[in-house]
Amino acid sequence: MANQPAKKPSRAPRKTSRAPRKKAKASPDEILQYFKDMLMIRRFEEKAGQLYGMGLIGGFCHLYIGQEAVIVGMKAAAEPQDTVITSYRDHGHMLAYGMDPKGVMAELTGRSGGYSKGKGGSMHMFSKEAGFYGGHGIVGAQVPLGAGLAFAHKYKGDNGVSCAYFGDGAVNQGQVYEAFNMASLWKLPVIFVIENNRYGMGTSIERASATTELAGRGSAHGIPGIQVDGMDVVAVKEAGLKANAHCRTGKGPMILEMKTYRYRGHSMSDPAKYRSKEEVQKVRAESDPIDFVKAMLLELGQLDEAKLKEIDKEVKAIVAEAARFAQESPEPELSELYTDILAEA
Amino acid sequence: MPIEILMPALSPTMTEGKITKWLKNEGDSVESGDVLAEIETDKATMEVEAVDEGTVGKILVAEGTDNVQVNSPIAVLLEDGEDASSIGTASTPAPVAAAPVAATAPAPVQQAPVATVEAEPDYDGPMVRQTVREALGAAMSEEMRRDEDVFLMGEEVGQYQGAYKISQGMLDEFGEKRVIDTPITEIGFTGIGVGAAYMGLKPIVEFMTFNFAMQAVDHMINSAAKTLYMSGGAIACPIVFRGCNGAAARVGAQHSQCYASWYAHIPGMKVLSPWSAADAKGLLKAAIRDPNPVVFLENELLYGDSFDVPESDEFVLPIGKAKIERPGNDVTIVAYSKMVGVALDAAEKLAAEGIDAEVINLRSLRPLDTATIVTSVMKTNRLVSVEEGWPVAGMGAEMAAIMMEQAFDYLDAPVKRVCGEDVPMPYAANLELLALPNTDKVTEAVKEVCYR
Ligand SMILES: Cc1ncc(C[n+]2csc(CCOP(=O)(O)OP(=O)(O)O)c2C)c(N)n1
Ligand SMILES: [Mg+2]
Repeated sequence: MANQPAKKPSRAPRKTSRAPRKKAKASPDEILQYFKDMLMIRRFEEKAGQLYGMGLIGGFCHLYIGQEAVIVGMKAAAEPQDTVITSYRDHGHMLAYGMDPKGVMAELTGRSGGYSKGKGGSMHMFSKEAGFYGGHGIVGAQVPLGAGLAFAHKYKGDNGVSCAYFGDGAVNQGQVYEAFNMASLWKLPVIFVIENNRYGMGTSIERASATTELAGRGSAHGIPGIQVDGMDVVAVKEAGLKANAHCRTGKGPMILEMKTYRYRGHSMSDPAKYRSKEEVQKVRAESDPIDFVKAMLLELGQLDEAKLKEIDKEVKAIVAEAARFAQESPEPELSELYTDILAEA
Repeated sequence: MPIEILMPALSPTMTEGKITKWLKNEGDSVESGDVLAEIETDKATMEVEAVDEGTVGKILVAEGTDNVQVNSPIAVLLEDGEDASSIGTASTPAPVAAAPVAATAPAPVQQAPVATVEAEPDYDGPMVRQTVREALGAAMSEEMRRDEDVFLMGEEVGQYQGAYKISQGMLDEFGEKRVIDTPITEIGFTGIGVGAAYMGLKPIVEFMTFNFAMQAVDHMINSAAKTLYMSGGAIACPIVFRGCNGAAARVGAQHSQCYASWYAHIPGMKVLSPWSAADAKGLLKAAIRDPNPVVFLENELLYGDSFDVPESDEFVLPIGKAKIERPGNDVTIVAYSKMVGVALDAAEKLAAEGIDAEVINLRSLRPLDTATIVTSVMKTNRLVSVEEGWPVAGMGAEMAAIMMEQAFDYLDAPVKRVCGEDVPMPYAANLELLALPNTDKVTEAVKEVCYR
């Protein structure tokens, strides 16, 4: 990827048309599933963008388009008792962890059928069943919180691992290093996943970070880190398995730096003056995570154009249904203003 | 059916914009994600991307057009096999009309309705003489014996036996798993505690003093207090944040501050401030059992004071209930924490001068026991509020507002506040004394409202 002065990239920058990997460590069926899961996130986010444009979604709305391989690959490496926590760029994480697209979209439109009954919004959804603990709007806050989930896994002895996702901007927050220190000191089973999409809002990583090799950010605390091609879902899954094994065997936390890219603006109103159109176009054309898997599936004979269309149609139908639900679901009752403030004993 | 492409809102505030450039022409094929046009808003120039695929059938708004309203059709997209003749039938991905917001919102309320609090249980069992310090330690130990999910974390709580010896002996009894020494990293360990509480554990986070909780306040408010609401009731956060608050002695401005009104401001949080050892024990046990975030404000200068405390393990005080420490008829004095003692001393002096003061120990600052305060003022017709905190937007200001709203007709004099002086805490002994409330300041205020 352009202007990425990483000293030791884990793999060579991609050439124009990426040859499908010869020995993909995933079965054709698994790869097909990743394709569907990534496509679901992309179509969902495109629809969310559209509903935003129609004024049906308000405020902030941070789309995950371009980064789909990260969460889909990591989910593939997770176990049912595991937990996950992330920032406001969270729709992809929720969908990958099996949350209902209808409930997610209805939360975006602020309706009673949303995961938080319309009271959380795009940035604040939760599902205990899915092990999804938000949805947090304060940059970096989810990192100690995620270490806290890991603390609870260890305290309860349930063999769970928590995964805390945060950005290349968040990685400079002081609380991240406080969490790194305690997670390592107490051997907490937490994977710190840095989604390095190269920008925190309009500030490129080079302009925000004294060092841009983020996988090494745990070295002061003895936390191993690996840099991963976050546009390659299979590579993500492999790294995820490694990190999970590390955490689950009591060795403490691990850092995965996912090199990825966000195609859309930071939120919906982004003047895009901080990067060139060519830069975005180049990543889209050369490193798209979905195209990459599509090529792999075509190569494997797992997919032809007709099947591809069919899958797209299926996914779009689910998304359209979610969008319909999100518009028809009523706004919350006015009495909801005063509920869920305090839990009853 | 052809699909109408609408002028999108590209920011939360955009109502109209200018189409500066079309990047697709009529007849061009479009895939989702393709850039269709450039739009200029009041803030920036931005790109419009296609969501659906097809062929551009017709461009309805020409390049250069200004003041194009959000949601008006700007082009028509044809799906596979359609031709331009079908354009008349275009379907907008029409927004289903949002449910109209009722024009009459519920009447504004000052605070979320609070379930009525049961009275303090009558207790006639044996009592023990205990310091506040011993009572706090006993409350934690009893609750940790009772519930495996309760644990204590903080700086020096373990091997050092507590910076103020509150957790003395607890490491020996409960071990390192449940009595956890943390590094000096308040935002980090508070975040970890809150994350653990999301998963159902019941952490007690000890701040060496609440001055240092300023580094952690984001997690206390944004991560702990707001999550139940933001999750529509899905994720509770049963956690206690405790430690000493208010002025210590001769430690200067950064180590002497009362944070009561700061936390009492926050919906989703409960705020308790004990005075006696019985308060300390009964309220801390209640805080640990409560399924919500509870801020528990102790006072270092009270730790060594002794009081009678009910001996029972099941002595738990209700949250949200004030205690009338001294009944009286002429004036109501409300106070919390160390100031309860000051108010009681003042009441004794006033009695000698023929003024019969009622002293209310607030105990719970959120929820506040408004009923007890108002009922008292209906009898005495006068209120003096005493706190260590600063006057501006403090607890006393809240008392005055409650009187205006709920007891206006019963007041025979304006409410009087006795507060910490509106200055950072000085170090010099004489200035420090001057900066804090004392019995003389309270008796003076009482005489003023009694016109004596
Ligand atoms: C503590 C804090 N400061 C500032 C913001 C405003 N803000 C929201 S997102 C963001 C950029 C974060 O970038 P990064 O961590 O790289 O995540 P990305 O948006 O790229 O996913 C900023 C500055 C915030 N939400 N919280
Ligand atoms: Mg970023």
